[in-house]
Amino acid sequence: MNTGELIWTEDPPFPENAKRAVDNSQLRRNVRNATATIRQRRAGLVAETPDWQELRKAGAAIKDDVLHHLDAYLEEFERNAANRRATVHWARDAAEASQTITDLIKKTGETEVIKVKSMVTQEIGLVDALQNAGINAHETDLAELIVQLAHDRPSHIVVPALHRNRAEIRRIFLDHMADAPRDLTDDPHALAEAARLHLRRLFLRTKVAISGANFAIAETGGLLVAESEGNGRMCLTLPETLISVVGIEKLIPTFSDLEVFLQLLPRSATGERMNPYNSVWTGVTPGDGPQAVHIVLLDNGRTRALADATGRQALRCIRCAACLNVCPVYERTGGHAYGATYPGPIGAILTPLLVGVEHAPQLPFASSLCGACYEVCPVEIDIPTVLVKLRHDAVNAHRHRAEDAAFATAASAMSGRRRWSAALKAARLMRFVRHGAPPPLHRWTRTRDLPDPPGEPFREWWRKR
Amino acid sequence: MMHGMRVALFATCLIDALYPDAGKATVHLLERLDQPVEFPLEQTCCGQMHANSGYFQPSLVRRYIDTFTDYDAIVTPSASCAGAIRHQHAMIARAAQDDALAAAAQQTAGKTYELSQFLIDVLHTDDVGAYFPHRVTYHPTCHSLRMLQLGDRPLRLLKKVRGIDLVDLPNDQECCGFGGTFSIKNPDVSAAMLADKMESVIETGAEVLCAGDRSCLMHIGGGLERIRAGVKTLHLAEILASTDGETAH
Ligand code: SF4
Repeated sequence: MNTGELIWTEDPPFPENAKRAVDNSQLRRNVRNATATIRQRRAGLVAETPDWQELRKAGAAIKDDVLHHLDAYLEEFERNAANRRATVHWARDAAEASQTITDLIKKTGETEVIKVKSMVTQEIGLVDALQNAGINAHETDLAELIVQLAHDRPSHIVVPALHRNRAEIRRIFLDHMADAPRDLTDDPHALAEAARLHLRRLFLRTKVAISGANFAIAETGGLLVAESEGNGRMCLTLPETLISVVGIEKLIPTFSDLEVFLQLLPRSATGERMNPYNSVWTGVTPGDGPQAVHIVLLDNGRTRALADATGRQALRCIRCAACLNVCPVYERTGGHAYGATYPGPIGAILTPLLVGVEHAPQLPFASSLCGACYEVCPVEIDIPTVLVKLRHDAVNAHRHRAEDAAFATAASAMSGRRRWSAALKAARLMRFVRHGAPPPLHRWTRTRDLPDPPGEPFREWWRKR
Repeated sequence: MMHGMRVALFATCLIDALYPDAGKATVHLLERLDQPVEFPLEQTCCGQMHANSGYFQPSLVRRYIDTFTDYDAIVTPSASCAGAIRHQHAMIARAAQDDALAAAAQQTAGKTYELSQFLIDVLHTDDVGAYFPHRVTYHPTCHSLRMLQLGDRPLRLLKKVRGIDLVDLPNDQECCGFGGTFSIKNPDVSAAMLADKMESVIETGAEVLCAGDRSCLMHIGGGLERIRAGVKTLHLAEILASTDGETAH
């Protein structure tokens, strides 16, 4: 299976990437400021929503129902979309999806396409695949544009350029956007205006657009994209041909289920009561909007994740990134350290579930298991439990001799009263290495002292009482 | 539950080995409240560190059950161990395809209480008659907050302590960066999280940082000691056990 860009770097692994990120003062500040802002806005809105916990439960239940009957909902969706003159394509993996889309664009004779912000196209590495086929894909979401111009990668699911500040964005525009005004300042309005003028020209001349979708409605065959700028809606309405890539887990049964998700998503994602733009389209509407509508339904590891009884809840995810914004690890490393399209807590479980934990064995360990992600997740994904389960799978997939031996020794010392008492005596030796221990404990003593071991362990005291 | 019940202390491997004072304080406190407690010597470890590192040890789950099954209640001065017992033991048994063990695990887990839970929910007291005339700030550990959902139980107990100058910890709900072997596997992120936690602690001007988990306190305390911050770490039990004559400070 060619999973595209689900993982884009396996080497070096998370701990080393994270070390570099932690040492990058500007990145630290950018990510801290941005996540803190969204986090506070979200918290305020959740506090004013009295039935928030019920909404979360409803969201989880709807998604679980979809995952339970995925085959039936997919067929229902395909039937209804086809009835409305959309063409539905199926793709097993990233390579198949990219090939299908390339072929569709080639048939139009166009070599330029515009894109709506979408994670799934990042996941399948679509822009590069199109480039190799001689097709230029232009990102139209402001943050995606910044990332694309800088030959960078998104570092966040909702706010792809969150790792950049205004001064950096100004520089990127001046260096890489040919039509940027030479006297551009780092005033947010000036930056947005420069991007707006640049993008307008694209919207007016481009005949093919590519999007993802936040929701696919089985009952109607319709798709929904939620966004903040309106650039997405330009892409969804102006071109002649619209091609949407949709992960098979994006389904919801009925239109009225949106009632739940359109409350959960904006509050969780951007800290807004409503997305500024919710665009819904159902196949082709004669004389209005794109007259050729294609939908590529993508697996790319989703059925593999579905087979994992503990892990399948990750497929409920609506990509709101609330878990990233509250994650103390993400806040200090940003998204690139994860080396994968989906960063943060959800990425730490979703990536291994999609590609197989043997291909991403460090990701489930990129968490202190603090549980903040589970607490905010609008569809109640128990990320810590899935992390622990995947750690278990990772250990079994990748035996690590020294670590196996350490845990076997510990388990054996804990297997009986006499052995444990002997181990407690040995622990007293710790006092010699409190300020500088040999590997692997040197990773502890680099920044922390070890405890001063007591004269006698608790059980000695108890026995003598 | 009523008095006359047989209560066992699960001290945890960490307190048994390295922090006996927290264990002694738990015993003194419970005895002062007329609740006798036993320490069955067969106990070792709940297996949390192993499980969170990916090594599931059904043998430690079995040991925990065998050691404590005959008691009416088990009290432990560790929110994360109580959390592991309640939320992981059955899962570990099921992963080993041992349904009988999973059922037994659920039973024992149901009568395992973290200290503040035991005091408030079982003994029905939030005033334990403690005296501790020091400036204290309280860090609600992640597992006490989000896994066990202890809510304000520890703070209710601390607020009733006489003489205490209890000050709020800024960003108290944020993880300290310990995370068991996370602190070794991802030492740089762990250290970055620790730095922010220490900054919050120091900002309060407290002499004592208190928490319900000696493990997190080992990490934060190890950092505070390294920079000679002049802040001591004490387990909740140690403050609650302090009296006018006998103080932990
Ligand atoms: S896991 Fe939950 S919180 Fe994280 S992005 Fe998905 S839906 Fe949002």
